[in-house]
Amino acid sequence: MKYNERLIQSGLLITAFSTIAILILIGVFILKEGLPVILKVGIKDFICGVNWSPIEEQFGIFPMIMGSIWITAGALLFSLPLSLACAIYLAEFSTPKIGKILKPTIELLAGIPSVVYGFMGMVILFPLIRNYLGGPGPCILAASIILGIMILPTITSISIDSLQAVPYSYREGSLALGATRWQTVKMVVLPAARSGIIAGIILGVGRAVGETMAVIMIAGNAVIIPDSILDPVRTLTTNIALEMNFATGEHRQALFATGIVLFIVIMLLNIIANLIAKRKVITK
Amino acid sequence: MASKIELNNLTFYYGNFMALKDVNMNIVGNAITALIGPSGCGKSTLLRTINRTNELIDGTRLEGKVLIDGKDIYDAQIDIIELRKKVGMVFQRPNCFPLSVYDNVAYGPVVHGTKKKAELDKIVEESLIATWLWDDLKDKLKRSALSLSLDYQQRLCIARVLAIGSEIILLDEPCSALDPITTLRIEELLVSLKENYTIVIVTHNMQQAARVSDYSGYMLLGELVEFNQTSKIFTSPKDKRTEDYITGRFG
Repeated sequence: MKYNERLIQSGLLITAFSTIAILILIGVFILKEGLPVILKVGIKDFICGVNWSPIEEQFGIFPMIMGSIWITAGALLFSLPLSLACAIYLAEFSTPKIGKILKPTIELLAGIPSVVYGFMGMVILFPLIRNYLGGPGPCILAASIILGIMILPTITSISIDSLQAVPYSYREGSLALGATRWQTVKMVVLPAARSGIIAGIILGVGRAVGETMAVIMIAGNAVIIPDSILDPVRTLTTNIALEMNFATGEHRQALFATGIVLFIVIMLLNIIANLIAKRKVITK
Repeated sequence: MASKIELNNLTFYYGNFMALKDVNMNIVGNAITALIGPSGCGKSTLLRTINRTNELIDGTRLEGKVLIDGKDIYDAQIDIIELRKKVGMVFQRPNCFPLSVYDNVAYGPVVHGTKKKAELDKIVEESLIATWLWDDLKDKLKRSALSLSLDYQQRLCIARVLAIGSEIILLDEPCSALDPITTLRIEELLVSLKENYTIVIVTHNMQQAARVSDYSGYMLLGELVEFNQTSKIFTSPKDKRTEDYITGRFG
């Protein structure tokens, strides 16, 4: 019996640690593949270089970094008001009945395959943008809207959780002082839930930065530094996906190097989100 | 003496459960009235009918009348926000908001539309002076209220109520989270406040009721068994059930 117990425990331990091993393996692998070219080009020229032409052995990923930033910022701008409004309504105002319908529906959005989002963008957004704003259609705006919808469930459900974690006594205290429900939400509940909500937003940003398929389909994929939201752009992720098929030698290494940058950005975002989420527990 | 709060045939239900049974009570102004009785006897429910915070719970129903200054507060014409401004409440556990000391006290006035900084400063100062917090906290107004000790937090909650200009202060077992010494300080504070306020306090600590209150009501199973001057309740209770409770044979 005791022997059995120990066997199961160590079995679970090994399984649990194997996820960390996978993370380390991936990290080591892309570092090994990508690092040589970064060192050859120089970190500064690799990240700040504006010229990406593999045939001439020019590997500057700055346009892609800008592409990722533009699209992510746009997605956030689009998603933030929607998801916060959703979360506040569901956590503070809706009746349990409506909540029971709305919350799973929002979470369902996260289950739709990204290729379907891309497809919807092509079919619905491209013609709209072409007709009303000009340009061919694929652009930052289209990608931002679609990505905004894609990160909506992440931000919404984490925000709902952190709003619901705010003790009821705060609301009661505020209402008893004669505050309205909206005043209570605005002045007490939201500040109390702030760190959780920020953590949710950062995880949403992580998701937006990492998204590939939908972005390939609607962002236009041109390697340029954009100066309008109607310009097509290429992001870090799509750069890898588009060129990996035929890349060899240094070109291939440069794509892995792009992966290193992505890996670090996403890791940092997740670490920051975790730290902020933890801070909430301490102040409570 | 004219009564500030009048409860007439007050009956209250949570769903089908009758939490208050036909309560009649006249609460006098500028005095401390204590509600005592065992847990679940309806004292907190009674308290909450006075500022209509019971309504925040689903499925409640009220019969009878609650009059404040002669006005029925359950009348459809009553502005509930004005009511809650007039009737402040302090809860069992200090529920300071996770904001600074200053913002906690200024919260009520801000919510009710006071915008001028000078005016807010004055209200905060006066409220903190009245709750004996000013000397200790005047240099710590920016600190988080949650970093204070529980006793300070509870007094801050009282200050918060004073800041909205309440006339009536309801306290729901305000000392149950505090130690005896800080409890005493809150009691002294309440006695000092009764000059200007009408105070109703729920407590299951009989000594506390005896120490601070002018009037006491003994409640049991939703009924107001006996209500009289505190000195009379504790020395010569008329009802056998009150006597049993006070002498410690029950409860």
